[in-house]
Amino acid sequence: MGLTATILRSRAVAALASPQGVDRYLEQVNPMWAAHEVRARIVDVHREVDVPGHPPVATITLQPTSTWRGHRAGQHVQLGVEVDGARRATRVFTISSPDSRHGDRFTVTLRANPDGVVSSYLVERATPGTMVHLSQAQGEFVLPDQVPEHVLLISGGSGITPVMSMLRSLQRRTHRGRVTFVHYARSPEHQIFAAELDEIRRSGHGIDLHLLHPELGDPNLSPAFLERLVPGYRDVPTWACGPAPLIEAVRGAYGDAESLRVEYFQPPRTSGTSAEGDVAFARSGLEAPNTGAPLLEQAEALGLTPEYGCRMGICFSCTSLKKAGTVRNVLTGEESSDQEEEIRVCVSAPVGDCVVDL
Amino acid sequence: MSTKTSTMKTNNTTLTDEQLEAFGEELDAIRQRVLADLGEEDAAYIRDVVKRRQQFEVAGRALFYLPPLWPLAVASLSISKILDNMEIGHNVMHGQYDWMGDPGLNSRMYDWDTVCPGEQWKYSHNYIHHTYTNILGKDRDIGYGILRMDEDQPWKPYYLGNPVYALLLMLFFEWGVALHDLEVENIVAGRRKLEDNKPLYPGLIRKIRNQALKDYLLFPALTGPLFPLTLAGNATANLVRNIWAFNIIFCGHFPAGVSTFSQEECEDENRGHWYYRQLLGSANITGGKLFHLMSGNLSHQIEHHLFPDLPARRYPELAVEVREICERYGLQYNTGRLSKQLFSVASKICRMALPNRAAGSTGPAPVAEPVAA
Repeated sequence: MGLTATILRSRAVAALASPQGVDRYLEQVNPMWAAHEVRARIVDVHREVDVPGHPPVATITLQPTSTWRGHRAGQHVQLGVEVDGARRATRVFTISSPDSRHGDRFTVTLRANPDGVVSSYLVERATPGTMVHLSQAQGEFVLPDQVPEHVLLISGGSGITPVMSMLRSLQRRTHRGRVTFVHYARSPEHQIFAAELDEIRRSGHGIDLHLLHPELGDPNLSPAFLERLVPGYRDVPTWACGPAPLIEAVRGAYGDAESLRVEYFQPPRTSGTSAEGDVAFARSGLEAPNTGAPLLEQAEALGLTPEYGCRMGICFSCTSLKKAGTVRNVLTGEESSDQEEEIRVCVSAPVGDCVVDL
Repeated sequence: MSTKTSTMKTNNTTLTDEQLEAFGEELDAIRQRVLADLGEEDAAYIRDVVKRRQQFEVAGRALFYLPPLWPLAVASLSISKILDNMEIGHNVMHGQYDWMGDPGLNSRMYDWDTVCPGEQWKYSHNYIHHTYTNILGKDRDIGYGILRMDEDQPWKPYYLGNPVYALLLMLFFEWGVALHDLEVENIVAGRRKLEDNKPLYPGLIRKIRNQALKDYLLFPALTGPLFPLTLAGNATANLVRNIWAFNIIFCGHFPAGVSTFSQEECEDENRGHWYYRQLLGSANITGGKLFHLMSGNLSHQIEHHLFPDLPARRYPELAVEVREICERYGLQYNTGRLSKQLFSVASKICRMALPNRAAGSTGPAPVAEPVAA
């Protein structure tokens, strides 16, 4: 593929295929042929957890096109599916398999969100052979090349996926240091990767595994609990991923310690207390009192249907023009008041009056 | 042969405000119904057209290696370029397939196989032309700033060349479309400054360079000693596409009976009046399925102007309903065979070269009231 790929990506071929681009032609011959775009064929759909009455969790194995540049453990990927052969919907999913290289197979593990078009399609309807559209791997929530002597991994629910990718990579890299892995799940039956974690627990290899179920009486995350588990935890390089309440607790425990890196898989809910002013949607001419929620939700509450993707500030699909006012990034708490500013409406909540071009 | 009225003025809207509102609601309902029904068949259709376009292009490019098949190569490449220009490019860039979420068929991403940058065309076409359709002084597509296509455009001696300009515009249509956005007529008239065009140059130059490189250098070079033949073939295919696109578009907007509007009568217009204006400002061409495909369904210019962002493949079925509505409201529905519309356009182009004759001297007097077709 080396020479072919070089030719297909050359400027000469681009000029010949202009303005459509060479990928438009290649995909007609074989959907797995690509020079620039990344696509993948689903090769396996494996149910990880299937508790009756709860949305199932599945691991999807993907064979990407040769354009896939690989990923680092902890990264995520935008994945687009064509539902009923017509409407493509794209969402962001975390990669659960260890570091991959050029063109390597990898897996994503996801829960079928009952309201989620893409996740329920992938878990409940997709079959081997289905083609999906991908981005390259993205995200800064990754292990460094030089892995520290002691690593602390904290996750909750399906936030286990990036951490699992890290754990698997550490095992493959034959990391000789110590790994403490703390995971919160609703109950043992809801445990994703249960068999593999059990295997890790039994074989040891310097991995100190704690699976906790607070609903069954296990302790919640607190500074005292962490201190008991890992004395001096604030100085131990830590990666944490999970739902907003868990991340808030972790943030509280670490203060501004530089050893902590976090990833949300849902933006934190903003407290409605600071909501003031009115939100105006300029293009549609709608206006309503600010509820304090992210602008995307406020727009949808008024019946608008802005374009969106991940709904967590990652994919930039929902980027819109803010014409006036101040917004706060609900992930970072950062406020910005620039006029005529491009903002991601899924993670931007208005602070007072605000005008957005939607 | 009876000559129809030249242009029909609608300074007095023949529908009351209530009628206009009801008329608009009926068309809105059609639009909503189709939007809710978009799905797999529309997606499969446009993907099939894209695939066939590619096959015609690949076949055309390949056949240039066999000199005796040169006419076939040109025909194949011309079909590819026409499909790209009309059913795919024009319609995709209208956003008719944006709901699919496919970047390859998205109005923001797609660019067509002509020298006009899609980005610039979308502004002058989707925004200016489709919003201010046939409003004199606002819709720059009335005569494209080059021709006199309406009696209310003041005559000047320059327009004596109308038929010649039209012929040149037809032969170089893609260039005309590309340069349209520079609004040369407004610069000459002092309404636009030359530096306003500066932001347009880079995109325009890039597109022209890419198209010329592909059709007039690289593909001919790939055929080695057949370079001149391939070059001539590519130029011919572009010419065929130009002539075809020009004629379809002119037959959709300039046959006799199509109305223009003054800015005053369109001030504060409601949705119903906007629909009314789109209806009376367009004309259809009758024909078979293949003809509709090759015209990008712009043979249904009326339905296109009423519903510019609905997939064009729906226009033939919508035409039945639109006609029925027009009959009920007593509104004109302008349609006819290609030959009839072509003749009508050609005679208008020639007639407009000369100053308006005094009313009453051109056969039957203009009808004051539009009549149901």
